[in-house]
Amino acid sequence: MSDLLNAEEVKAQIEAGVPGSHVTVIPNGSPSGQHSLLLDNEHAFAVASFLRDHPALRLDYCSLVTGVDWLDTETTEKIRVKKVVDGVETEAEETRKTKVPGYLEAVYHLFSIEKKHGPVILRMRTANRTGQTQLPSLTPVWRSCEFQEREAFDLYGIVFVGHPDLRRILMWDGFADFPMRKDYHPPADGVPVAEVHA
Amino acid sequence: MLGEGIIQGLMETARNFFGSYVEKERLVTVQFPEERRSLPEATRQFPFLLYDGDDPERGLRCVSCQICEKECPPRCIHIEKSKDRKPDFVGKQQFYPAVFNIDVSVCMSCQICVEVCPFDAIRMDTEFELSTSDRFGGLLWTKRELARSNEYYRQIHPTEAGECDERRAKELADAQAKAAAAAAAAAAKAAQAAAAPAAASNGAPGSGAKSEPAKKVVTQ
Amino acid sequence: MTSVAEMKAIAGPSEIMEVSMGPHHPSTHGVFRMDVRLEGERVVRLKPVFGYLHRNHEKIAEHGAYLAAIPYTDRLDYLCSMTNNWGYVLAVEKLAGLQVPERAEYIRVIVAELTRFQNHAGLIGFLLQDMGASGTPLMYAFREREKILDLFESLSGARMMCNYMRFGGVRVDCSAEWLDEVRRLVATLPRFLGEFEALLRSNEILMARTQGVGVLPRELAINAGVTGPMLRASGVNYDIRKVDKYGIYDRFDFRVPLGEHGDVYDRYMMRLLEMAETVKILEQALRNIPAGPVMDPKAKLRGLRPKVGEAYGRIESPKGELGFFLISDGSTIPYRYRVRPPSMINLTVLEDMCLGQNIADVVITLGSVDIVLGEVDR
Repeated sequence: MSDLLNAEEVKAQIEAGVPGSHVTVIPNGSPSGQHSLLLDNEHAFAVASFLRDHPALRLDYCSLVTGVDWLDTETTEKIRVKKVVDGVETEAEETRKTKVPGYLEAVYHLFSIEKKHGPVILRMRTANRTGQTQLPSLTPVWRSCEFQEREAFDLYGIVFVGHPDLRRILMWDGFADFPMRKDYHPPADGVPVAEVHA
Repeated sequence: MLGEGIIQGLMETARNFFGSYVEKERLVTVQFPEERRSLPEATRQFPFLLYDGDDPERGLRCVSCQICEKECPPRCIHIEKSKDRKPDFVGKQQFYPAVFNIDVSVCMSCQICVEVCPFDAIRMDTEFELSTSDRFGGLLWTKRELARSNEYYRQIHPTEAGECDERRAKELADAQAKAAAAAAAAAAKAAQAAAAPAAASNGAPGSGAKSEPAKKVVTQ
Repeated sequence: MTSVAEMKAIAGPSEIMEVSMGPHHPSTHGVFRMDVRLEGERVVRLKPVFGYLHRNHEKIAEHGAYLAAIPYTDRLDYLCSMTNNWGYVLAVEKLAGLQVPERAEYIRVIVAELTRFQNHAGLIGFLLQDMGASGTPLMYAFREREKILDLFESLSGARMMCNYMRFGGVRVDCSAEWLDEVRRLVATLPRFLGEFEALLRSNEILMARTQGVGVLPRELAINAGVTGPMLRASGVNYDIRKVDKYGIYDRFDFRVPLGEHGDVYDRYMMRLLEMAETVKILEQALRNIPAGPVMDPKAKLRGLRPKVGEAYGRIESPKGELGFFLISDGSTIPYRYRVRPPSMINLTVLEDMCLGQNIADVVITLGSVDIVLGEVDR
């Protein structure tokens, strides 16, 4: 990867070019070394347009849109707490459980056809997996996201706000579930598939 | 000139039509099933189980390790391990499959079971005319239907079978050499023990157990 | 005599008719449907509908080991299983940091280019069939394809579902006889190509039927993520073999043909020209293939556990950019497995290409996209 596409470098350019935007670099531990940039949802659209039109970056081609499902996780940590029992201060060990809510993630792989470089990887995360699954759609920036965002909606339930035609694409219209989610279990043989009827 | 391109194209058609009478390159079809082309050696259709000797039950190479069952992408293999053991070709006591079923209506002929098998027990058949009128039972092959002899394997995949036989012969020779060495060592120890009567009671049972596998190999 | 304009004035505005083309329609190359809205014969709206062949390939792959996904990739674009294998193993090699021995790289190039050749020959056959050249070109294409599939069978054991590549190499080495067979075949390919081209290239009917039909403008092609011969027919010089130089493609001397108008004729010619370049690559690869091992000794067949992380590997498949995106959580099973299907994404612009055209042109425009429903629906 050239220096120009270094994740830190792109982050600095975005934060300078799109005021108010907040970008986090997500490191990638695998030998591929493809680090990605986590965008804040409010400015994602502006950042995408900025990356597409930036004269040096010119990321005019969005190759891949992926939905990823990260389940709720629970972390346990042991902490020492001071307690006052009968006027005597004692130290006791307590396990505290923290629930980290899961989220749905959309990953975009950008390349430049004009400059022949890439990839720059963008990520966006929803607030949680159940109620707030909205993300801004980048289809108005790159038409190539049209079908793939529909697919992420269909299989993961990410609602892309601003998508021109957000319908199910691979499953049928009445299908109720999101089959690519990690907690989805297909119905047993003979049991009808859950459907919604409009 | 208008129509030149069409005439040019028709000339190609004519060349191919008349050419097919003289050139084999241009006529590649054969009249199946009267005429058959020989299949390449690497052809694979569905798996079979190999056995040594002439008893499909006793000579089955499979030791029921269940690796293929776990690795099979469409999970079409079902194995149940035996309770007892029987000796394998080098004389080691091994489990054998009490049940070994392959659902060939699910199998996708990918050959991964063959690749992961460490015991050369499963191989791919070249037989492809397998239609049956029984949709469920006829396509669920049991251990008996899957078993094929090593001679058959040599016939359909000669190169591969040759390599496999060579490897197994080497393994057997190594095992025999090891057993012989162990027996020799035990004998030497026994001789030593005999020389020193005080240690005789400790040495004798151990040497007897060690020489046992070597005896088995000889009888096979 | 009344002119068309006068007739229209008499008849009043024409009615809009909705036609559902497919899913069982011979021109849709599989179970694919187009919801078409017509004004007379003119297309005013077209929405592709697919998913009839959906079997959730990605979910299946997320339930099995890394190895178990390879035979499933054969069944994506079932005409090009070798390139599908390559795309996937390339992504895994990036994820796990495996090296591929030189001989294996050469074998990969040879089988991938043979795949490209037979895919393009078949596509041209089908496209011409859609236009009404019934049978003849398709049969010629299939005759050559048959010879290539025979080679695949003697190498990998299967004609179409090859399941041949592995992480860090290829499954079995090819024999010297096999390479001689390929050399013999490659020597005959230029003659076939010449005949195949002469058959219809300058045919007046074909030109009238395809030139100016289904035009895809350059800017739209880039923005809509169209890849492969379709993108290059619109005049965009972007070939992943040249851009990424994956494998050993930097060692071969070949050119990237480019179209000018982005119409159906250009897309047809693009395939013919690419086949000629493919023959060039094959000749070079067969000349230079070295001896040596075909598997990375570090590569494990079973129980591959890549480090936590992710990787995106992409190749130039005959249909366009075929990419695989993998996320590893450190276990033997991929946490996320995603395919970037070129056939599906190239369909994004189908409506734009067909608007204002006749319904008969929809058929050849779709034919020139080159879709395989196994890949579109996954």
